[in-house]
Amino acid sequence: MIRRLVRFVDERSASAPLVKKTLRYLFPDHWTFLLGEVALYCFVILVATGTYLTFFFEPSIAHATYAGSVEQLRGLDVSRAYKSAVDISFKVKAGLLIRQTHHWAADVFVAAIILHLLRIFFTGAFRKPRDLTYYIGLTMLVLALLEGYLGYSMIDDLLSGMGLAIGYSVLMSVPFVGANLAALVWGGPFPGKQASESRLYVAHVLIFPVAIGALIGLHLLLVAARHHTQFRGRRKTQRKVVGVPAFPGQTPRSLGLALAVAAVLFLLGGLVQVNPIWLWGPYHIASGTNGAQPDWYLGWLIGALRLVPGFDWTIGRYTLVPNAFWGGVLFPGIVFMFLFLWPWAERRATGDRAFHNLLDRPRDRPWRTAIGAAMFAWVFLIFIAGAADRVYVLFGISYQAQIWVFRVVVWVVPIAALLLTKRLCDELRAREELQSRRSQAEHEAALASEPAA
Amino acid sequence: MSGIGRWVAAGLVLLLGRLRRRPVLEPRERIVPPGTADRRAEWILVLLFVLAALSAAAFPVVYAVDAIPHQTQFLGLSLGLAFAFLAAASVLIGKRLIVTEELEEDYPPPEHPVEQEEIEQLVEESGDRFTRKRLIAISAGAAGAALGVAMITPAASLGPVFDVSPFFQTPWRRGRRLVDESGKPFRATDVFEETFYTAFPEGADREQLGAPLVVVRLSPGQLDLPDGRGGWAPGGILAYSKICTHAGCAVALYRKPLFPPTEPRPALVCPCHYSTFDPARGGKVLFGPAGRPLPQLPLAIDADGNLRAAGNFSGAIGPAWWGVRNRGAHS
Repeated sequence: MIRRLVRFVDERSASAPLVKKTLRYLFPDHWTFLLGEVALYCFVILVATGTYLTFFFEPSIAHATYAGSVEQLRGLDVSRAYKSAVDISFKVKAGLLIRQTHHWAADVFVAAIILHLLRIFFTGAFRKPRDLTYYIGLTMLVLALLEGYLGYSMIDDLLSGMGLAIGYSVLMSVPFVGANLAALVWGGPFPGKQASESRLYVAHVLIFPVAIGALIGLHLLLVAARHHTQFRGRRKTQRKVVGVPAFPGQTPRSLGLALAVAAVLFLLGGLVQVNPIWLWGPYHIASGTNGAQPDWYLGWLIGALRLVPGFDWTIGRYTLVPNAFWGGVLFPGIVFMFLFLWPWAERRATGDRAFHNLLDRPRDRPWRTAIGAAMFAWVFLIFIAGAADRVYVLFGISYQAQIWVFRVVVWVVPIAALLLTKRLCDELRAREELQSRRSQAEHEAALASEPAA
Repeated sequence: MSGIGRWVAAGLVLLLGRLRRRPVLEPRERIVPPGTADRRAEWILVLLFVLAALSAAAFPVVYAVDAIPHQTQFLGLSLGLAFAFLAAASVLIGKRLIVTEELEEDYPPPEHPVEQEEIEQLVEESGDRFTRKRLIAISAGAAGAALGVAMITPAASLGPVFDVSPFFQTPWRRGRRLVDESGKPFRATDVFEETFYTAFPEGADREQLGAPLVVVRLSPGQLDLPDGRGGWAPGGILAYSKICTHAGCAVALYRKPLFPPTEPRPALVCPCHYSTFDPARGGKVLFGPAGRPLPQLPLAIDADGNLRAAGNFSGAIGPAWWGVRNRGAHS
């Protein structure tokens, strides 16, 4: 039976040697190697649930009067986009489950990518020959952030409208061409006409997913061509990869992970409410709500936008660079510039142009680890600062006082993190060296005393 | 040798070949090392599959039976648990029912110098017949660049790329009445202190950045408006663009607590990034990231006591952009 199937496929595709090789492809084993896989499985679920949602979502800003089952929305002037999204939640059976699962999958998708990125960074997996793989991964992170933003922006509920207004303002703030770019994307001043909604929609359901899908393919192809990295260990060297073969060893593990990701996402989608657009209500330019928060992965940007002191860069009465540029373009620009340039910068600083199949332990590269920790602390604190309004509501700590504290802390703590991490790495290594010398000395002493005994 | 002899020889070879077929019973060499059976794990596996089947089977039932409350929750539970049982089954197979091999193999070689050189040679030799390489490269480059520009040109239709005048436009002009959400004109006597109102231009599209106003009344003694705005706030009634100059959100909060600790002065606050503007001083920024004041609209009270615009805003409305002049809203 198996033989017949294999022969059928091989005769038609001449693929038996390739299949055999693929089945015995070796996966070095470490739990952190699974983070990228989690992102991959989230993407699969996103595509599946997203496709379902397109069957019901109506990307139109034409006016409609809501007359469905949600009491507080009845009689309101809403867009067809918003109406159809509410109908997906209440009228389409299983629609809310799929919509929430889609939203949760997006949140977990970005989280998994970022954890994966941290692992790659702190273990030096981005070095030659995997630098190209790393750049592709970073590009996917940028696309994933934008894709998520587009997704919750096109629903036209109150939060999505506020988010779009901010995105519009950030684009407007780009030097020289901001207004032209905004005119290009929105077809004129915000909020634009139907065309802007159509553009959001086609970008979210076609352009970005296809781009991410293509890059995933390339990413995996490069990973497979150069094989996985591994931590140094018995038999694990620069030249020899040690691991579990794809089949049978790795298959049930990866499959188990994929199924577990699906389980968690559907349980979240069914049991934990997320983005309840019927509570936010429809968006109108004149409406806003207090305590507005974006999805978690844009928290760092709202934090940056809120922390920057109030100044535009002006000459006389002319504005050159508006304020939204600093937090909305410059800050993420610096962060991604850092990530994209790091492999090059490290090569220059260390002169290390060698080929690396073995991973570093973070402590083995104290400066990289320290700088990475400082950068992470910086972004993380700004992310936390984005929640200062919630802290005010929950704990009554003055919002303005918090912002002033954060304006200092976001610079001080990263420096402290830098020095502390460097010190920690050095001490860990020193202790290890001491231990290994001691055990070596004991070993030698034992050897020396043996003949006497 | 004769023809017949050849046939006989060929027949013998064929016959011997058939007789000497490879022995069938010799055991194949294993690829995956052998392991012992684990009956308990197999039973657990069956149990997990049954549980997964039951959980999944609940889905269509919950879907079909409307009498079941909390459909979303039960649907999620059913699908989630089915996947969870399958995940557990998969892990069980991996841990207990297959042999986990730890193999080693060589990493692919860092590079393939021979092939690299061959590729280089291939490309170089293929170009042998070109004698005017520079000229051809330049002209081909020109063709490529021109075609590239031609192909992205249609993208300019996406918007009025080079025309930013619409960004200055607002529907306000001298004499236009302020109306509330239901379209009813605002009477000056209906505007009270301690609260704020949203107003729209009568008979204009409300869904444009220049349309919505936030209207407040302060006691005239509190006002400290910039020079030249003396008559802009009849009776202490002030109107500002409702769109924050920082990031375009609606300035939807009015900070004027009536209970201690009361802030020193009333303020208009944008809930997106908490830019805080002072209505008494021409929309000056008190706190937060906004880089320029909230544009003020001059007001007048007509003979019927209704609020009307007495002109256009004091500056461009909404988020700023490169080169925007801070006086510039036009109708």
